[in-house]
Amino acid sequence: MFRSKTLTATLSASALLLTLAACGGGSSADENAVSGSVAVDGSSTVYPMSNTAAELLSEEQPDIEVSVGFSGTGGGFEKFCAGDIDISDASRPIKDEEKTACETGGVEFTELHVATDALTVVTHPDLGVDCLTTDQVVQLFGPDSKITNWKDLDPSFPDQKVTGFIPGTDSGTYDYMAADVVGHESEALREDFESSEDDNVLVQGVSGTKGGVGFFGYSYFEENADNLKAVAIDDGSGCVEPSSETARDGSYTPLSRPLFIYVKNSAYADNEAVSTYVDFYVENLTDIAESAQFIPLNDEDLAETQSAVEAL
Amino acid sequence: MNVAAVTASRATTQSLRTGGNKDRNVASLVFLCALWFSLFFGVAVLVVLIVDTAIAGAGRFDANLFTNYESTVRKGETGFRAGILGSLWLMMSTALLAIPLGIASAVYLEEFADSRAWYNKFVEVNLQNLAAVPSIIYGMLAAAIMTILGYTYQGIVLGGAIALALLILPVIIISTREALRAVPQEIRHGSLALGATVWQTTWRQVLPSAVPGIATGTILGLSRAIGEAAPLIMIGVATVRFDPAWLTDKVAALPVQIYNLASAPQEELQQAASAAIILLLLMILGMNALAILIRNKFQRNW
Repeated sequence: MFRSKTLTATLSASALLLTLAACGGGSSADENAVSGSVAVDGSSTVYPMSNTAAELLSEEQPDIEVSVGFSGTGGGFEKFCAGDIDISDASRPIKDEEKTACETGGVEFTELHVATDALTVVTHPDLGVDCLTTDQVVQLFGPDSKITNWKDLDPSFPDQKVTGFIPGTDSGTYDYMAADVVGHESEALREDFESSEDDNVLVQGVSGTKGGVGFFGYSYFEENADNLKAVAIDDGSGCVEPSSETARDGSYTPLSRPLFIYVKNSAYADNEAVSTYVDFYVENLTDIAESAQFIPLNDEDLAETQSAVEAL
Repeated sequence: MNVAAVTASRATTQSLRTGGNKDRNVASLVFLCALWFSLFFGVAVLVVLIVDTAIAGAGRFDANLFTNYESTVRKGETGFRAGILGSLWLMMSTALLAIPLGIASAVYLEEFADSRAWYNKFVEVNLQNLAAVPSIIYGMLAAAIMTILGYTYQGIVLGGAIALALLILPVIIISTREALRAVPQEIRHGSLALGATVWQTTWRQVLPSAVPGIATGTILGLSRAIGEAAPLIMIGVATVRFDPAWLTDKVAALPVQIYNLASAPQEELQQAASAAIILLLLMILGMNALAILIRNKFQRNW
């Protein structure tokens, strides 16, 4: 299979080597041109991270062919544990049954924490609700919820009908809210709220409905901050606004959630393209997170991820 | 449909079209208005959608849209190179797979098969059903075929082409059969009477006469395939930043890329998606125009 790109790549790689030689060394093994293919799939939430990593890497290593899919956290793990892909993006930790599937498929993996997302509860900007306690969030979104008027939640809230817009049941965002925040045994949320897999539809719904409320990833709030109001969350130690800082220092709980990539150990060991991609990903984690509009890890978590890669 | 029926239906169409009946009472006027309103409503919604999308994407009709790969680092310059090239590759390989298979099936069913045999009736009923199956099912079917063929990573040109070819096969078969049926029996009888075999008659008389119908049906089928995202997402077509060079290369597709960018939070990416929607519409419009050209060029009147 001939590609004209190969020629260009070889030329630029030799140019790079010449430059490095001229600079008197400093060339390390991973600055040589690597070629090969990396298959990434999984969460559509983490997709912008992995795709940005692929984009930045392609500037240095144009011959590494990275494909980044977005078939969802569950779908990603299914392919990952069958051995079809090298890296699985996940917006939640791997479940026990998925671990079993990976064992059956003979796939050993390493979990890497790559960024943090602050799930943001938003309302219509004129509603006048500034802060909700964790209990109120559970009451509002939980499967047994009978709350139809904001006044029912707290007498000081306005007399306004509640209209909810929440992510679809296939998304990791829904799973996280249902399992980790609400924590009801059914792992479900109330069913009378409108739901959509497209977060932009949720943004439009909440910003266009007086009394509208919803939740989604922080980047969707950040991009639409003019038309939405983020609600601060009180988890027992005062109201905390969702922001890059509060998510990083851990004070925004329980709605800040970790985002992961799962790397197949054998692919990292045997495929130089995979190891180059993962090393590059982790080395530039903060830049990648900022470009993809995610919240970068704090120093402690970053050190942990880096040592996990070194152990690979 | 025999010749008499065709003539009869033509006569009916003509009298309706000229509106020759002079008895215009209130009821018929109201009915006419209702018809006009239905037409207006359909067209108006379409126009509003297209204009709205075109305005949303207006800022992004530039060269970068065609030459760049998807970019989150430089959002304002994000492009659909991978999707456009991927969709072209998918179209070509889908055509190669679906057209010979589809036309051969239709020729068999129409010219050779015993239409009274139960198995042919069974095939016939299922063909009609297949044309109405949701497209995502074909994605699952293609994934199963790819697994049998031994491909673990399925978002490649071949996988997408199998999914799309399966999707449009019923359309191609049905429209080819219609085209073959429209060739008058007299042509076949004349050819057979002169001593030609069924094979020679089909190959030299019937098929050439049916070319306009076959071409139109096939191109309309392909233009349905180019806009499909669901079956491609099903087999795992992903985002890539390289150009496919062979059937087993990983591939991106324009509708999938649009779907993905339209749900991104960043306004620049949504804007690029709108521009790409117009681009996709133009591609489909171009294919449909080609279908009309071919039909007009080769059309014969008996």
